[in-house]
Amino acid sequence: MDFIATHLLSIILFFPALSALVILFMPKDEAKLYKWFALGASLVPFALTLYAWVNFQAVQAGYQFEEVYPWYTAIGSSLHLGVDGLSLSMVLLTTLLTPLALLASFNISDKVKAYMMLFLFLETGMLGVFMAVDLLIFFVFWEVGLVPMYFLINQWGSANRNYASLKFMIYTMGGSLGLLLAVQLLGVLFKTYDLQFITANWSTYTASIAGIPASTVKTVAFWAFVIAFAVKVPLWPFHTWLPDAHTEAPTAGSMILAGVLLKLGAYGFLRLILPLYPVEAKYFAGALAFLAVAAIVFGAFASYAQTDFKRLVAYSSVNHMGFVVLGIAAAAFAVGTDDARIALNGAILQMFNHGLSAAGMFFLVGVIYERTHTRNLEEFGGLFPLVPVYGGILIFTSMASLGLPGLNGFISEFLVVRGSFGVGVNSVSPVMAIYTAIAMLGLLFTGAYILKGIKKVLHGPMNENWAHGEHKLTEINTREIIVIIPLMVLISWIGLYPAWILDVINKAVVMLF
Amino acid sequence: MNFPVLSIITFTPMVAALLILMMPAQRRNETRAVALAAATFALILSIWVYFSYDQAAAGYQFVEKYSWLPALGISLHFGVDGISTPLVLLTGVVMFTGVLISWGDEDPHVKAGIQDRPREFFAFLFLLAGGVFGVFVSLDLFMLFFFYEIAVFPMYLLIAIWGWVKTREYAAMKLTLYLFIGSVVSLVGALAMYWVSYQNTGVLTFDMLQIEKAGFSQAFQNLWFLPVFFGFAVLGGIWPLHNWSPDGHVAAPTAVSMFHAGVLMKLGAFAALRVGIMLLPEGAKHWSWLIMLFAGIAVVYGAYIAFVQTDMKYMIGFSSVSHMGLVMLGLSTLNQNGLTGAGVQMFSHGIMTALFFAITGMIYDRAHTRQIPELGGMMKIMPFAGIGFIIGGLVSMGMPGFSGFVAEFPIFMGVWETRWLVAVIASISIVITAAYIMLNIRKVFFSELPEQLEGHVGDVTVLDKVAIATLCLLMIGIGLVPGLMVPMVQTGVENILRLLGGA
Repeated sequence: MDFIATHLLSIILFFPALSALVILFMPKDEAKLYKWFALGASLVPFALTLYAWVNFQAVQAGYQFEEVYPWYTAIGSSLHLGVDGLSLSMVLLTTLLTPLALLASFNISDKVKAYMMLFLFLETGMLGVFMAVDLLIFFVFWEVGLVPMYFLINQWGSANRNYASLKFMIYTMGGSLGLLLAVQLLGVLFKTYDLQFITANWSTYTASIAGIPASTVKTVAFWAFVIAFAVKVPLWPFHTWLPDAHTEAPTAGSMILAGVLLKLGAYGFLRLILPLYPVEAKYFAGALAFLAVAAIVFGAFASYAQTDFKRLVAYSSVNHMGFVVLGIAAAAFAVGTDDARIALNGAILQMFNHGLSAAGMFFLVGVIYERTHTRNLEEFGGLFPLVPVYGGILIFTSMASLGLPGLNGFISEFLVVRGSFGVGVNSVSPVMAIYTAIAMLGLLFTGAYILKGIKKVLHGPMNENWAHGEHKLTEINTREIIVIIPLMVLISWIGLYPAWILDVINKAVVMLF
Repeated sequence: MNFPVLSIITFTPMVAALLILMMPAQRRNETRAVALAAATFALILSIWVYFSYDQAAAGYQFVEKYSWLPALGISLHFGVDGISTPLVLLTGVVMFTGVLISWGDEDPHVKAGIQDRPREFFAFLFLLAGGVFGVFVSLDLFMLFFFYEIAVFPMYLLIAIWGWVKTREYAAMKLTLYLFIGSVVSLVGALAMYWVSYQNTGVLTFDMLQIEKAGFSQAFQNLWFLPVFFGFAVLGGIWPLHNWSPDGHVAAPTAVSMFHAGVLMKLGAFAALRVGIMLLPEGAKHWSWLIMLFAGIAVVYGAYIAFVQTDMKYMIGFSSVSHMGLVMLGLSTLNQNGLTGAGVQMFSHGIMTALFFAITGMIYDRAHTRQIPELGGMMKIMPFAGIGFIIGGLVSMGMPGFSGFVAEFPIFMGVWETRWLVAVIASISIVITAAYIMLNIRKVFFSELPEQLEGHVGDVTVLDKVAIATLCLLMIGIGLVPGLMVPMVQTGVENILRLLGGA
């Protein structure tokens, strides 16, 4: 027990990867064994994360459960793990969604062993990013997570998977090139990759670098970081890989992609960009907010225009993640004010909430796709009487996505909007207020595309094809309900009583920014 | 004098080559068994050297010195430092795996590995391996050349006799001419060093540890650095003198390609470092910008050319040019990070490319084509090889968690410390590499199996699997625990830095 308490984070981090290795050595053709083992293995990190959550001291500043191991001593990098309120909530999201996604994948019948292994490796990759307190370790896990996701899309995806998976890979790797170079620059300057040391020294660094003024280098490095994270979030106009990747990925892959991988980008903004580049972030906050608003508005319009159910949900991610970046941009614009903190609280909670609702939505799309083998909205219609339970769940989850008061999306979007509008009103420049106002247009269309989705699937004249015969639509089954119920519980819990999580987030925000 | 482990390692393959030649030609499996036994023995000794090298003491260890031709100051002087120890291990690993994958399958349907005159094949291969070991452990300039030529010469026969019928004569001739001209140019420089060192110190010696202290003038170093460095760097595949290399790779039989890309190219880079940079450090400082320019071009250009290839072996051949460009890039920085990275990259690339060529050879032996558009569905047929190729691909892309990242990252840091713009430009190669590797994996391993390949393409042999697993584990091990190799290389780098700073 003592060992677990002192090595909590490394156990959470490496347990999935080690379990994947165990699966590797399991006997052939035991699909059921792989599935249950992977599910069980993914529950262990979840349980340990709950333990960490309970023992987490929200009022204490700095990282907790810290662990440091030597890794690449020659260039000053160590395996330094630690969590604060911000990262712990993301760790919780990851360890919660992974077992659900694994349970959602029980219908996989092809190459189950490889699938389960990749999924567990993916979990380790994602957790590593959230736990890293070392810039190089951050980058290592950032890149490592790409590989399992690439193969999940490439091997278990639908028709156009080759194109989508390569696009995903090349976009993200290309986007990370600048990050890689900027990380190397920081390592060369400081002879260490310790994040706390770099944060303390880089934001105040003024000496010129290789004859170039520090401010110029910092501006370039700032954009290198921004582009890497903006591709992942994804921010307009770097988002075009996302609809393809989502549409082609297997259901559980989409759940994790939308639920966690997109958060890695937003987490990068919060963990690295704001602390490392406070001056540049403030200076370019307007530009970031512009991109965020563009993502919100275009994401909503694009989503409304889709005829593919999964693509509709995919574009909704662009729309919702735009609010995260809007909150971050507003906070960067007015660091230290109450408005900024409200916006940041909203942004972080929105990350968590979007993780829940997007994973839920993609799962529900997957449920109906598996039965009908089509995602074309025109081929559905009037399905509510056939599948009342599924219909109810779909409406519930959609409403969370839409931002209905009482459900989680409302709380976070309200905080973001309140914060960024406040920043605009209370500072010298009203630009944030204007952007917030334009973003409302996007919010309006959020309602429109969500309702369009519901209408096309559940209401209107029934498509008789699904009513009887061999294509008769079957109700959502127990396993699928078990997947969605934890998400629904959290969605309403945060919607009705957000204090349990906002408390942790808020204290982290107050201490960090 | 301790146990003379380095000379045993060096002469084991040569003695084995003689033994094999004396065996009757029809005893094919016995020949192979002797080859495997010798390779295993050399591997075990090189592992032992690797782990008993005292990193705290650093410097040259396991030193042996026998007088050979005292009148001219030539001695058989062996010793390894932090740079050459990993390369000795690399040679041991490539030799061992090369024998495993050449064993093949006598089944006429498969006909993998070397079935044509295995006796002569293994004899020449081992002669080559002995030469390679010799170069890595030599501390005497004359002996270094001696072993260098021994390593290059069997390549001609191995390619011309056992190579790919279509291009083997052309490629063998091209390779041999390039390498011999390169080594002759270097030799002239080496003789110049020999004489000037005699004039400066009054001692007639080829001992590199002595020549290091000869105190060459700046003008002498500036003049002779280029011929010495580039003469060797030809074998390292430096742009624009690289184009013998892909042709040679393509024409060579599998095990020879593994040796060629895995070890021989390192020989060029190592000799360029050992003789060029370490004996003429001021010249290296003077010309480092030129090497960096060429290396930077090689990194990006090699990746582009690899991207457009349709023959798998050409693709890997040009990716080697790109990755060896990274080694040269690291050498040209002349600083701690860059040199350390170059040292690790030599090992990492050696293992990775040996794996690539091994698997390509396995596919070619069975499918009788290496054209990427004509291949497909190999993952179902040879899953083990497929996973090996994917792991090699990830190393090639510099994916963290694998040895490629551990090697490339310090190289880039070293370049940042000197000429940052080169780092920015060279980084483009990472994305191009990712693209061609992923496209290749997708087409060759995951697409549908073409009709003409159905039925007659089978899985790889158990020995092939052992070879693949050995190579993969090394790459993953160093990737996860850089401490296994990096501190060792660093001790060697400190010596180079001392020469660079103290001259």
